[in-house]
Amino acid sequence: MARNLPPRPKVADMPLIWILAILALLGGVAYWLARRRAMSSGGGDARVLHSLPNYYGVHGALLALAPALLILALWLLTQPMLLYRSVAADIPLLTISAFGTVDLVMSDVRRVAEGLDVAVGAGLLTSQQMTSAGPTEIEAALDEIGVALGSQLTPPVLDAARDYRGADAVLRWGMIAVVVAAALIGGAIAVYRTDRDFRARNIVERSILVLLAAAATVAILTTLGIVLSMLFETMNFFSQYPAHEFFFGTTWSPSFSGRGGLSELGIIPLLWGTLYISLIALLVAVPIGLFAAIYLSEYAGPKLRSFAKPLIEVLAGIPTIVYGLFALITVGPMLRDVIAQPLGLGNSASSVMTAGLVMGIMLIPFVSSLSDDIINAVPQAMRDGSLGLGSTQSETIRRVVIPAALPGIVGAILLAASRAIGETMIVVLGAGAAARLDLNPFEAMTTVTVKIVSQLTGDTDFASPETLVAFALGLTLFVITLGLNVLALYIVRTYREQYE
Amino acid sequence: MNDMRLTERATQMHDTKIAARGVDVFYGDTHAIKSVDVEIADKTVTAFIGPSGCGKSTFLRCINRMNDTIPIARVEGEILIDGEDIHDPRVDPVQLRAKVGMVFQKPNPFPKSIYDNVAYGPRIHGLSRNKADLDVIVEDALRKAALWDEVKDRLAAPGTGLSGGQQQRLCIARAVATGPEILLMDEPCSALDPIATDQVENLIHELRRNFSVVIVTHSMSQASRVSQRTAYFHLGELVEFGDTGDIFTNPRDQRTENYITGRIG
Amino acid sequence: MTDTAPVPVPERRNGSLMTSDRRTARRNAAEKRFRLYGLAAIGVAATALVILLASILAGGLSAFQQTTIQLQVELPAERLDPEGNRIPVEMASVTTFGYAPLLRDAMVATLADAGIETDLDASDLADMVSDESVAQLRNYVLANPEVVGSTIPVEVLASGRIDGYYKGRVTALTAELDRNVDPAQLVLADALKDAGLLETGFNWRFLTWPDASDTRPEAAGLGVAILGSLYMMLIVLCLALPIGVAASIYLEEFAPQNRLTDIIEVNISNLAAVPSIVFGILGLAIFINWVGLPQSAPIVGGLVLTLMTLPTIIIATRAALKAVPPSIRDAALGLGASRMQAVFHHVLPLAMPGILTGTIIGLAQALGETAPLLLIGMVAFVREYPDAPPEGLFDPASALPVQVFNWTQRSDPAFVERASGAIIVLLLFLFLMNLTAIFLRRRFERRW
Repeated sequence: MARNLPPRPKVADMPLIWILAILALLGGVAYWLARRRAMSSGGGDARVLHSLPNYYGVHGALLALAPALLILALWLLTQPMLLYRSVAADIPLLTISAFGTVDLVMSDVRRVAEGLDVAVGAGLLTSQQMTSAGPTEIEAALDEIGVALGSQLTPPVLDAARDYRGADAVLRWGMIAVVVAAALIGGAIAVYRTDRDFRARNIVERSILVLLAAAATVAILTTLGIVLSMLFETMNFFSQYPAHEFFFGTTWSPSFSGRGGLSELGIIPLLWGTLYISLIALLVAVPIGLFAAIYLSEYAGPKLRSFAKPLIEVLAGIPTIVYGLFALITVGPMLRDVIAQPLGLGNSASSVMTAGLVMGIMLIPFVSSLSDDIINAVPQAMRDGSLGLGSTQSETIRRVVIPAALPGIVGAILLAASRAIGETMIVVLGAGAAARLDLNPFEAMTTVTVKIVSQLTGDTDFASPETLVAFALGLTLFVITLGLNVLALYIVRTYREQYE
Repeated sequence: MNDMRLTERATQMHDTKIAARGVDVFYGDTHAIKSVDVEIADKTVTAFIGPSGCGKSTFLRCINRMNDTIPIARVEGEILIDGEDIHDPRVDPVQLRAKVGMVFQKPNPFPKSIYDNVAYGPRIHGLSRNKADLDVIVEDALRKAALWDEVKDRLAAPGTGLSGGQQQRLCIARAVATGPEILLMDEPCSALDPIATDQVENLIHELRRNFSVVIVTHSMSQASRVSQRTAYFHLGELVEFGDTGDIFTNPRDQRTENYITGRIG
Repeated sequence: MTDTAPVPVPERRNGSLMTSDRRTARRNAAEKRFRLYGLAAIGVAATALVILLASILAGGLSAFQQTTIQLQVELPAERLDPEGNRIPVEMASVTTFGYAPLLRDAMVATLADAGIETDLDASDLADMVSDESVAQLRNYVLANPEVVGSTIPVEVLASGRIDGYYKGRVTALTAELDRNVDPAQLVLADALKDAGLLETGFNWRFLTWPDASDTRPEAAGLGVAILGSLYMMLIVLCLALPIGVAASIYLEEFAPQNRLTDIIEVNISNLAAVPSIVFGILGLAIFINWVGLPQSAPIVGGLVLTLMTLPTIIIATRAALKAVPPSIRDAALGLGASRMQAVFHHVLPLAMPGILTGTIIGLAQALGETAPLLLIGMVAFVREYPDAPPEGLFDPASALPVQVFNWTQRSDPAFVERASGAIIVLLLFLFLMNLTAIFLRRRFERRW
């Protein structure tokens, strides 16, 4: 799993910091100028101004910075794409067919371009050599600084890399010019507009509101990013591998030889492992969590409650990697030595049972705290009514409280199931890597999340179905958990409204 | 009508059903009930009145030991039902509560069908041998609660779907179905509209035939309408206890008079 | 209203309360059993927690101990500095292969000085010392060229197996079956220990040194991982706190009641429940493949964890804002403050303790998160410390939980000890963070 990375060439990250520094300076100047102008228009008396003096200053800084930063962000986002398009368009078809895809050519082009910068920086190449030296010379220099290329450096690639560097430099300087100009113009407008009757506070407050709203949309952008990033790669995957074989195939055996078309990438065995492990986890977590919640909310005195509740919550605060290690070094070997081997059920420490048990422990606090809330939402009048009829506390709980809380509890279980299905580290360390359709819980099986990890770590090739399948797996996982979450949240919400 | 009841009161006196002697209740450090002595007769409606916070509900909850469910509550003194001390260690509160039914301030039907609501008590106490038995008990309880005609066609409908007055009568039916000897009612009409209140009051009047009924109310007119005996509580003390007619027409204690004439309350 | 239906005779009419019937006894037994189930459930949860912590502590505490050997190493000038002018750049031409014999000779000499006899040959003796010590010695000499030509005392790490012997992982019995260690080496180690030359002491290196290769578990440390985690927490704090608070203020104080607001709210509660690995895919696809940020860099990890932590912070902040009573807002508005001023001058400061508590809990979650970091290449083997921020944020680094995972994938069982030790460090950080959160809550808790 461990792999050595090539030393990353330090590309021009610094200019960005310089640009930000310049902008900060311009913003400060605009603040100072606008504030001074407001004060002088009020004759030095802040009371005659419409807004507090600082608002004029902030207005100045805002107008200087906001458009400039917006342009900067857009530029940085689009530049790689534009650069890619313009350079890729000039690469001869022959070169592309030699590499396979444009993406592969371009990744080499980018590596060469960045390597050239480093080589010049390290004094291995003169700027003269860089623009005129032949491929062999350049490749030697790149080799020196540890830049590995996908294939031998050919003149078209080298030319493209030089184009890339050139265009990159031009675009960068252009960006600086445009951004600084935007800041200057914005600042000037703000200062020009400023006088004693100018409603600076209203404008500043409206801008802050826009900022606040923008922050709130980050959540939507994140979801959009998740869906889009997986959707595109998934479509890419389905163009190389038939969708019905992915969804209905019962064998998972990716070939490691590359794009040989030998891989069988059926999701069924992965889903089976996922659901089997989740089922065991829920069989552990639901009774324990539910009974713990019932005891804590209905029986326990304040002393036990103040001790046991935090104790169970500690289980929720433990990172999943810790549970994973627990499965790997303690639970797995124990289950194997005590149950699986004596009974002849298998001799693997990682198994469905191992991962399921440990995941169940992880989910106990999740189930118990959700159920606790839900049980507490059942009105006391309901309990009084039952106790007043002469039922015991347990009869009240079993026949009145639990039935009344049932929808909420079902919601909590669905949320727990969604957690179990999406859990990664425990299954990576506890379940094993073999995709298998089997009923024996003491056999190693694997899950969707394990395969996402294994297909996307190590050597990845974003053109091969073996790598791209991870995105299809991810999207499937996302859709399943999203469905469960939406359903669960809906059920819990309707349940709460019932007692409000 | 009032006169008629007065004569009734005079002619029919029954045995003592509940006797409390020196009952004190503490909520944590608060002394909620102070040394209350009272004797409540069988087949009679006894009303507890008094300003809010005076302890009348607290005392009511002592009679079927519902205060046991509140961790900080502590009860001292003796409460005898049919001469048996309910705090005797041999007494199971579960059995006690089957004998002493309770109806609460807010109608609290379980989120189950009407039938299941009424059948709940008989089922947990094992009062029926089979479904037919249970049907008889349910019908009978609903009839006693004057609800049968309104719900007999929709016994499977949820109890929470009934109107407020119907819900409260369902709760009364639920309590009656267990076969209690005493019915405790904690302000049973305070959450109801006037029409529903009238229905429940009429029902209480009927229930007197079979049960000893104790009702807590903050409505004096209600107390005078439904009860034969009235107890006036003030700041945790039992100030005055006697025939309802006497209390309302000729109170002996100044505090009772102040309350009845509306000077406190 | 009169009802004349026949009154069924209640069965227990006039029955005594003092005699409990069999049915009640049965029901009370059921009640007792039910209580027992509840207690058992709590017991199981508590036991699981105890076993979990005990197994981690038992396996990991020894990582904070390390066996070292005191050697007198002769540094012959003719071999280390053939040119003879003590210039480190020139001396660097002598690789670790040139230093290995020095340690071997030092081992032989040390034994002779201590009067310990052994049948083991020199190379077996050298195997008792960690391979890392050679590089350590070379670095020391290059940093201090003046020591060349003298004999210096050096404290070297014992090899993983010798170290394991003093931690109970290796015994004479297992050594028989192990190709990497000879039982005679263990006997010799005991002799060294008796001579005061070998000791097991507290291991600062575990916290400061970088990771080491598969064959040198004794030299593997958490330095790079702790630094990487720290950088990521810094990024999460700087991004998630302002964005989360801004979003919460908007949703709680300003957002109009419309569909868009509804969508945002549903979105946030759903994001809180999206599997963490999906965020890893997002990071890989967007930040690395599309934006072109480097793999293994704290900046990418920080961004991914920020997006993951945002819902937690938003939910906590909104609860804190909601807890500030409307009377405070009304009072400020009544004095002529704008809504914005009321929120920023009065509501926000009052909600601050709640916000900070939520932020710390969010950070704690982020600190322990592993799965998304695997996908953005943080499993890489990194031995170089990242530079100081901001450039250092773009350097390859590891992270605490990922380092744990990384070590679980190594074959030498000594790495299991390291992984458990790393978890103790991780849990200690989490414990401190939660303690801070509890302290904040207690100290500033306000009841309205």
